[in-house]
Amino acid sequence: MLGLISKRMLLVIPNLIGVVIITFFLTRALPGDPAAYFAGPAATKEAIEQVRAKLGLDKPLVVQFGQYVSDLGHLNLGNSLTTGQPVLTELKNRLPASAELTLFGLILSMVIAVPLGILAAVRQGSSIDHTCRVVVTTGVSLPVFFTGLLLVYAFYFRLGWAPAPLGRLDVFFSAPPQVTGFYLIDSLLNRDLATFCASLSQLLLPGFTLCIFSLAPIARMTRASMLAVLASDFVRTARASGLKSRTVIVTYAFRNATLPVVTTLGMVFSFLLGANVLVEKVFAWPGIGSYAVEALIASDFAPVQGFVLTMAIMYVALNLAIDMLYGVIDPRVRLKG
Amino acid sequence: MRRREFLKSATALAATSVLGAPAVLSPAKAQSRQETLLIVSESGPNNLDIHGVGTNVPGYEVSWNCYDRLISHEMKTGPTGPYYDKNKFKMELADDMNVGDMSVTFKLKKKATFQDGTPVTAKDIKWSLDRAVSVGGFPTFQMGAGSLTKPEQFVVLDDNTVRVDFARKDRLTIPDLAVIVPCVINSELVKKHATEKDPWGMEYTKLNTAGGGAYKVTNWVAGTEVVVERNENWVGGLLPKTKKIIWRMVPSAGNRRALLERGDADISYDLPNKDFVELKNEGKLTIVSTPYSNGIQYIGMNVKNPPFDNVKVREAVAYALPYQKIMDAVLFGLAKPMFGAAADKPTEVAWPQPHKYITDIAKAKALMAEAGYANGFDTTLSFDLGFAGVNEPICVLTQESLAQIGIRTTINKVPGANWRTELNKKTLPLYTNVFSGWLDYPEYFFIWCYHGKNSIFNTMSYQSKACDAFIDGAVAAAASGDQATYETDVKGFVDTAYTDMPRIPLYQPYVNVAMQKNVSGYAYWFHRRLDYRTLAKG
Repeated sequence: MLGLISKRMLLVIPNLIGVVIITFFLTRALPGDPAAYFAGPAATKEAIEQVRAKLGLDKPLVVQFGQYVSDLGHLNLGNSLTTGQPVLTELKNRLPASAELTLFGLILSMVIAVPLGILAAVRQGSSIDHTCRVVVTTGVSLPVFFTGLLLVYAFYFRLGWAPAPLGRLDVFFSAPPQVTGFYLIDSLLNRDLATFCASLSQLLLPGFTLCIFSLAPIARMTRASMLAVLASDFVRTARASGLKSRTVIVTYAFRNATLPVVTTLGMVFSFLLGANVLVEKVFAWPGIGSYAVEALIASDFAPVQGFVLTMAIMYVALNLAIDMLYGVIDPRVRLKG
Repeated sequence: MRRREFLKSATALAATSVLGAPAVLSPAKAQSRQETLLIVSESGPNNLDIHGVGTNVPGYEVSWNCYDRLISHEMKTGPTGPYYDKNKFKMELADDMNVGDMSVTFKLKKKATFQDGTPVTAKDIKWSLDRAVSVGGFPTFQMGAGSLTKPEQFVVLDDNTVRVDFARKDRLTIPDLAVIVPCVINSELVKKHATEKDPWGMEYTKLNTAGGGAYKVTNWVAGTEVVVERNENWVGGLLPKTKKIIWRMVPSAGNRRALLERGDADISYDLPNKDFVELKNEGKLTIVSTPYSNGIQYIGMNVKNPPFDNVKVREAVAYALPYQKIMDAVLFGLAKPMFGAAADKPTEVAWPQPHKYITDIAKAKALMAEAGYANGFDTTLSFDLGFAGVNEPICVLTQESLAQIGIRTTINKVPGANWRTELNKKTLPLYTNVFSGWLDYPEYFFIWCYHGKNSIFNTMSYQSKACDAFIDGAVAAAASGDQATYETDVKGFVDTAYTDMPRIPLYQPYVNVAMQKNVSGYAYWFHRRLDYRTLAKG
């Protein structure tokens, strides 16, 4: 197992070097001149040149790249110009917000989609199967920002059940002392039930928005993989042995069907991080997605590079974790490693 | 046994938090809601110091409210309520202002202190003004607009007195001391944080306010929120009524509107025009729309290159633009038209003022034929995507209208970050843009936008000896107080600009602010941002 992990880790290094090089040069190839942008609306050419020199953008690209790499070595991702903060601090502060939202959305989605997929497979062709198909297809067809705005309109504006879409906490609550950065966990650790409820209520609408969007792949994959397993010999044997239908489906069939589902979960998690960008915009969520988009619009190089690098590291870590999980779920995978 | 104990304590905990908490929390919360103002807007500051590199416009708002200047402006009643009076100055940190022939002397208020309690001295004033003219970029440029360019111009007479020497006679020098840039900074505090690489302590002031203004920033999470609290020892004016202001960034315009309508937010100012019109008609909120002072949205043409080097073509475009359609369909009436003045209306000594063109396709076609472009031509029409909400429909309508006189345009959408670079190249043949100046004087606008020294805002590369002469004449006349020559020259440059028509004014945009009915004290300022000091709730 350890050997497997270290082998995978070694493979990660060239990946990351590639990401560093590509993001650096891609951001430089973007149209737009940060110096002109940040010199302000009333800048003269000289003012722009002054800003350019201050930002170090007047140096040749290779020198800038060398500087960037050496900064990276010191764990310095540079400063964001749009927010004025060091990129590393900002990513550190914002990542938990995105991660909490994404995980919450994913868990909601799993809780709904997995049973739905199992039911659809067990009662293939029934009305449940069709309902499942319609629901998940609709969910994935609606753009996330639209679902988000729709939910805000219905549950906040019209019905008044949901709190104002103002980020992670109501304006008059203060954030719980930071331990994990996840407000739900931190507020519980702090035994502050009021803050827990407040942050949970803020999470519900954006969480459901993400959930609706990600139902489809999970439900469809569960269904397909369950169908394959249900048709196999050992299920027939189990049934023939007179086991209860519940035991057959949950204990035998589903356990064997989880491998593709877990792979899909990994994939869904990573594309939810992407879909987050728009959801964060709609709900004023202070996550890394909205941060990266704002930086991109302003040709603010450092945060974009930092964001891509973080995402790359997260993808790699995620894939590694999923590979490990395979071993836990299916002993056959472990043997090969 | 243990399980039971746990259950008991858990139930007790739940009971207190469910039943007990609201009873205790609610009144306190209601109280703080009453004393707190919640502002929502699309974007927030990137730097708390206006002298910083690339401080954005929301950052100006922080500077305005958290720092004092020597002088500020009095208020008068404007078209839509309180409006700053550009001619009347109010003492802020200064107790007394004495204008001489080639200098102005300020005596400081004796009781004035910074937020950390240190007294404000003449040294702080000099250090702050020196900083503004030395750091480069926007602040230095803005100081230069009032002929304030060298640290030697700021002289400390004694602990309490400062003299500002004029580089030359310039009517804009004193108004320029009342804009946001010449703010007074706690020099001792900032010097403590200065380094060899950063002699002006910009890294410190980027994240901390170090002034003596009416408010201080108590929390700033970039891109999320800014919280300011009142400085109880402020001497710059009447103590503000609002204790605490929370400014939250809400990127979605729809949600900003929903927050206002539900009564959760108190003020918002960047909503689409359509929302403002609907909110105005519903009447549940107070909506204030004030025209930008000294600001115009226009269609510009590059007069250096054909075909727009031909004045007939420019006139044809001026006759072909769909002015009224733009007013109705894009702005929903929330702007002041800058077209269609009566044919016999004399030119006024004022800016902005409307030109006499209206949409007249037949006339435009005739002019095109006269110019030798009876069959029209192809060109591109560019706009800044950063303000796509207004720019895009303007360009689509313009494209449609120009097609009728044979000018076939391709729309070129330029990303916000790239827009200034493109303008600076001065090669865009046809585009829409907006310009507005803080200092509300006609000659100020013309120096930037029409003068032959070709600043970045003379986006048309317009060169006219006659126009330059009028502009220079007006600047000189304003400085020497020769009102008659000033008036002739202002009329002269307005007439020249409208005869040569290198850029076609469309309208004067409005600053739209929506607030709850119980919010009062909104005032219009040249910088168009909120002044927290007069805002009150209830």
